[in-house]
Amino acid sequence: MHHNTIDVEHVSYAYPDGQMALRDVSLHVSSGERVALIGPNGAGKSTLLLHLNGLLKPQAGRVRVCGLDVGDGNLGPVRAAVGLVFQDPNDQLFCPTVFEDVAFGPLYQGLPEADIRTRVAAALEAVGMADFAARASYRLSLGEKKRIALATVLSLRPHILALDEPSAGLDPRARRGLIQLLTTVHPTLLIATHDLELVLDVCDRVVLLDEGRVIVEGCPGDVMCDVALMEVHGLERPHSLTPHAELHHLRCDALAKCVAPGNITNE
Amino acid sequence: MLLSPVPMHIPDGFLSVLVSVVFWALSVVGVGYALKRVNEDLGERQVPIMGVLAAAIFAGQMLNFSVTGGTSGHLLGAALATIVLGPWAAVLVMTSVVGIQAVVFQDGGLLALGANIFNMSIVGVAVSYFTYKSMQRLLQQLVKDQPWSIPVSGFVAGWVSIFIAALACALQLALSGSSPANVAIPAMSGIHALIGIGEGLITAGALAFILAAQRDLLQPAAAPVGSHRAVWVGGLVIAVLLAILSPLASAHPDGLEWVAEQRGFLDLAQEPLYEIIPDYVLPGIGNEALATILAGVIGVGLVLAATLAVAYVRRRVQSVEV
Amino acid sequence: MLHQLDARVKVNLTLSFILATTLTPPGAWPVLTLLAALALAVVILAELRARFVLVRTALALPFALAALPLLFTVAGTPLFELPWGWTASWEGLLRVANIVVKTWLSVLMAFTLTATTPFTAILVALRGWRLPRLLVTIVALTWRYLFVLVEEAQRLMRARAARSGQIVEGRGKSLAWRARVTGGMAGNLLLRGADRAERIYSAMSARGYDGEPRVVAQPPLTAGHRALLALGYLFLALLALTGILFWG
Repeated sequence: MHHNTIDVEHVSYAYPDGQMALRDVSLHVSSGERVALIGPNGAGKSTLLLHLNGLLKPQAGRVRVCGLDVGDGNLGPVRAAVGLVFQDPNDQLFCPTVFEDVAFGPLYQGLPEADIRTRVAAALEAVGMADFAARASYRLSLGEKKRIALATVLSLRPHILALDEPSAGLDPRARRGLIQLLTTVHPTLLIATHDLELVLDVCDRVVLLDEGRVIVEGCPGDVMCDVALMEVHGLERPHSLTPHAELHHLRCDALAKCVAPGNITNE
Repeated sequence: MLLSPVPMHIPDGFLSVLVSVVFWALSVVGVGYALKRVNEDLGERQVPIMGVLAAAIFAGQMLNFSVTGGTSGHLLGAALATIVLGPWAAVLVMTSVVGIQAVVFQDGGLLALGANIFNMSIVGVAVSYFTYKSMQRLLQQLVKDQPWSIPVSGFVAGWVSIFIAALACALQLALSGSSPANVAIPAMSGIHALIGIGEGLITAGALAFILAAQRDLLQPAAAPVGSHRAVWVGGLVIAVLLAILSPLASAHPDGLEWVAEQRGFLDLAQEPLYEIIPDYVLPGIGNEALATILAGVIGVGLVLAATLAVAYVRRRVQSVEV
Repeated sequence: MLHQLDARVKVNLTLSFILATTLTPPGAWPVLTLLAALALAVVILAELRARFVLVRTALALPFALAALPLLFTVAGTPLFELPWGWTASWEGLLRVANIVVKTWLSVLMAFTLTATTPFTAILVALRGWRLPRLLVTIVALTWRYLFVLVEEAQRLMRARAARSGQIVEGRGKSLAWRARVTGGMAGNLLLRGADRAERIYSAMSARGYDGEPRVVAQPPLTAGHRALLALGYLFLALLALTGILFWG
């Protein structure tokens, strides 16, 4: 596909209780780009993702994905084009078994049964969970659930993946596996996250949102190195971008807290 | 841990086939109509709400509070589901809860499931709805819009629904001849008059909490009776019928016993069969003791065969692994 | 061995077994013996631990108390006497024993079914019966979120216990207070459930849900499974018929 693009043009949105979630947001994501949405809690990141496949409708402005207007007439193709993964996999995995969950999207696309089975197998293979089709969702670990959640949209063969906090709550090993997975998937990526190290590993560009506005966008290294900017918006510079000398001090401080450095007791 | 603590789930073996079949039929009609109404009246958005709230009611049945001594208060949830979701959705929610309890946790039988669904979903919901709406209207007349009128109506609905459902349960047992009416009815109603207090208190507490936190969740029950007049009348009829029938049956247990002894069409169906296969066609099996011994021998053979099959398969599996 | 058997076969045979047991008239002990042997054979084939089976199936028996009064109310040969003129009869004892045995056999088979079959497979079997899809969808969602909400209920109870450690039974806070706290927890569960349902609805819509419940079709039963089903039906029907004919 040559135009797996996202175009958000001057979108504003207020929740029914009157709280403004998005104020005149504009954003363009090119085909195959990997973009991170960062910002404090309540900045509007999740709200923006919900606009991408029409779960929320902009009160002003317009949203286009893959050249399609996101609106009532287009919801079917739009939802097939955009795979949206929610933060809590317990919301994403609502079927009794993994197979049914991964098959849900293709089923509602009206695909024939044989195709559905092929797609489920391929999607589970892609997230490294090929043996899990018959498992009950409630028995999975969080890391497994997060991977299956990704498979539930990969089976739609989406052109765009929109992920809300894909690494939240994962232990380091599961998180590392997820990052590897994300660097191998093909579609255009838009990730809303607090995990700034993940952004450095996966994304080409970062967009900083606060109070429903786009504050700045640019290369992850440039934006996240700006300590003052990050702190004003409730974030912090990730350690891997900390200058070497400063990092040395941090390490010395941490080691000074140990009674006998290098002496780890195993119980 | 997941067993429902409200002793109203009839296991298999207690209901005669006739009673089981009749109440299955009643439940199929009731639940089928509720499905139709939910399909017509409620949007697709309601489907996950019904599913998840059924899970919440199920989980809520685990909550308890100590009353005194060893006893504790528990929730069944028919009244709460009715008030939060409206009667039709509540029937489906309670059916889902009672069904899973029977199939997964053996809390209530499978053949008896029809009767259990009838008692807890259909009677429970209809009586809750009737009581809740009547109390609301009464309180409206008396004290206008007091915020406590919802929890108070909820308390009464909770108590009445448990009490009437227990009467239905006792009558089914008596009709099946598995428990004498003059014992089952006073015992079930006595126990559930107490259990109903716990039900009522938790229902009222839950409504007070919801009222304080998110009033709009109580919208379905706030709708005027008009659209659900049939449920209101149904609840009234069930409650009155059972309240009158139970003391009558309890005072005249012989009457119910007589019904139980008739065992309806089964006896009728048997007569011609006797004529077709008279006793002497199968000599020997007519002899009780011999038949029992024969059954024992065949039984031991069956069990032995099963044991040998398991041992054989195990050995095969092991040799494949080696 | 039973774990791999198709759930549709197991569900149908379990129900037939319970139906046959219920149809067996009181006093047909040979038939009940055969049914018990059948149940035992099935439990052996299921390779379940005996202790586990006994404990779980015994849980259903307290309800048998409801049948106990029959011991005294059924007229017949006197067995023993209690004060206040309560006379137990031999016939009454048989009636009670009949109910208890039938209940236990039914629970035993129902338990063996759930112990050897994941509920997800039972749901598939229910769909095979053409149950309304809306109902099956609600049951599937109930099952899926039961564990999520039970965990939330346990967290709520733990939090309550952590904050009310000093309250001794019958003292301290009043009954009304305890009831209100518990009711609050139930209300809390419902609200959390409603919020979650909103998010689930979004997740469903995001993948194209349009309100119509749909499922991937199941492959038909194999010839072997159909033969097993037919054999099971035949055997159970013969047992029930024998009971009705000779002891009915």
